[in-house]
Amino acid sequence: MQVKYKDKITFTVLICISLITIGMLLWILGYIFLKGFGNIDLVKLVPPIIATLYMVVIGLGIAAPIGIGAAIYLNEYAKGGRFVRGIRFATESLAAVPSILFGLFGMMFFLTSLKLGFSILSGALTISMMVLPTLVKTTEEALKTVPVSYREGSLALGASKFATISRVVLPNALPGILTGVVLGTGRIVGETAAIYLTAGTMYRLPASPLESGRTLSVHLYLLAKEGISFEEAYGTALILLLVILILNLFTYFIGSKLNKSRVK
Amino acid sequence: MNKIISIKDLSFYYGDFEALKHINLDVTKNEVLAFIGPSGCGKSTLLRILNRMSDLAESPRVKGTITFNEQDIFTMDTIELRKKVGMVFQKPNPFPMSIYDNIAYGPRMQGIKKKAELDEIVEDSLKKAAIWDEVKDKLRKNAISVSGGQQQRICIARSIAMRPEVLLMDEPTSALDPISTSKIEDLISELKKQYTIVIVTHNMQQAARISDRTAFFLLGELVEVDDTQTIFNLPKHKKTEDYITGRFG
Repeated sequence: MQVKYKDKITFTVLICISLITIGMLLWILGYIFLKGFGNIDLVKLVPPIIATLYMVVIGLGIAAPIGIGAAIYLNEYAKGGRFVRGIRFATESLAAVPSILFGLFGMMFFLTSLKLGFSILSGALTISMMVLPTLVKTTEEALKTVPVSYREGSLALGASKFATISRVVLPNALPGILTGVVLGTGRIVGETAAIYLTAGTMYRLPASPLESGRTLSVHLYLLAKEGISFEEAYGTALILLLVILILNLFTYFIGSKLNKSRVK
Repeated sequence: MNKIISIKDLSFYYGDFEALKHINLDVTKNEVLAFIGPSGCGKSTLLRILNRMSDLAESPRVKGTITFNEQDIFTMDTIELRKKVGMVFQKPNPFPMSIYDNIAYGPRMQGIKKKAELDEIVEDSLKKAAIWDEVKDKLRKNAISVSGGQQQRICIARSIAMRPEVLLMDEPTSALDPISTSKIEDLISELKKQYTIVIVTHNMQQAARISDRTAFFLLGELVEVDDTQTIFNLPKHKKTEDYITGRFG
C-alpha cells in the first residue's frame, strides 16, 4: 500500500517537472509570438536574414569538414596515446571558452593581422572555431553508435578501411552527424558577442562575404540595447526563431532524403 | 592430403597475455574442421588470425607462421587474404541496407559495376546460401528486417559473393533458434563441396554432426586434432574425453 503511494507521488512530481519544462518553452515561444507577430517588417529584415544565412553557410562550410574529419580520425584511425589525448583536451577546452574571447581573438587575428576587416568572412571564421568542438563531439558519438560488427563485416569482405568508413560507417552515423550540424547552426544563428566583434554591424544587404554584415542576433541586440524599437526587436526575435526552425527542418529533410536513397 | 592452410608453431599474444601457445595444425581442402573447447581457450582467436581480423585487437603479437596456398599470410595484403578467406560472425551482422546491396557490397568493392553481372552474382550467392527462395521477392528490402536465421544466411551469401576458398565461421548458430540452426548446418554440409570450412562451435553435437575433423583446444593449447569420429569415440587425451563427456567446460 505504502509502496504504491510512494510510486504515485514520484509519478506526479515527475509529471509536474516535465510540464514545467514544456511550459517554459511554450511561454517563451508564445510571448515572442504574440509580441512579435504584428511587428514583422520583412523588408527591413531582409539584410539581417541574408547576413545570417551567409554566416551559417560559410561558418559550417569551414567547420563541418574539419570537425567531421577530426572526429573520423579520432574514432576510426587514432589508437590512443598522448597525441590523441592532446587533441581531445584541446577540443574540450575550446568548448569551454566564452564566446567573447573568441570574438576578441577573431578581432585581433582575422581583422587586424589578416586584414580582413569587419566582414562576414571574419565572423564566419571566428564562429567556425566556436562550433568545432560541438561538431567533433557529436560526430564522434555518432560514429561510436555504429556497431563494431558492421566494421568487422565490411573488413572481413576484403574492404579497405577507407571503403568501410565511407560506405558503412558514415552512412549509419549520418543522423547523429546531422544532429551536430543542427546544433552548430543554432549556435551560429544565436551567437551575438563574437559576431558583433568580428562581422560588425553594417545594416545593408551584403554583396559579398568580404563586407560587413549584421546578423539577426546582432540586429536584435542593437534594437533592444539601444532602445531603438522594442516592437521591431520582438519582430526580429520571431523571425530568428523561424530561421532556426527552417534550417533545422531543412537539415532533417536532407538527412532523411539521403537515408531513403540508401534503403528502400 | 591437399593442404590449404598450414599453421606452424604459432603463438599469439594480446599485449603480454599469451592467448595461443605453439599451435601446429593443417587445414585440408574441402573439409569441415571444427574448433571446440571451453570459453577462453583461444579457438576464436585462432580463427580470427586465419584472415587476420586479429589485427584489429589491441596490441596483437604473433610468432610462428601460417601459410595459405603456400603464401605467408602475415606478409600478404590483408585485403587479398580476406577476399580468399571469408568470415561469418557469431551474431548475424548484415549491413542496414537492402539485401541486394549487402550481397553486392563485396563485388562492387572490387569494381564490378554492370547490373547484369551483379544480378547474377547476387542470385547465385543467395542460391548457394539456400535463401534465394525466401528472399527473391524482397531483394530491395532492408536486410535487417528479416529473421535472425535468414540474416545469418544472407551474411553467408555475402561472403560467398566474394568467391572465397575458405569460409571461417565463428559460432555461426549460437544466436539462432534450433530450426535456423539446422538450416545452417545443412547448408554447411552442402558448402563443403566447394569451400573449405573452419567452424568454431560451443555445441559439441554440432561439431559431431557437421565436421570431418575436430580440434580440441584448452588454455591456448591445441590438445588434440583428429577425425571427428575418433575425437568423439576414442579420444587419445584424458582432457579431451573429460571435456566431451561434460566433466568440465
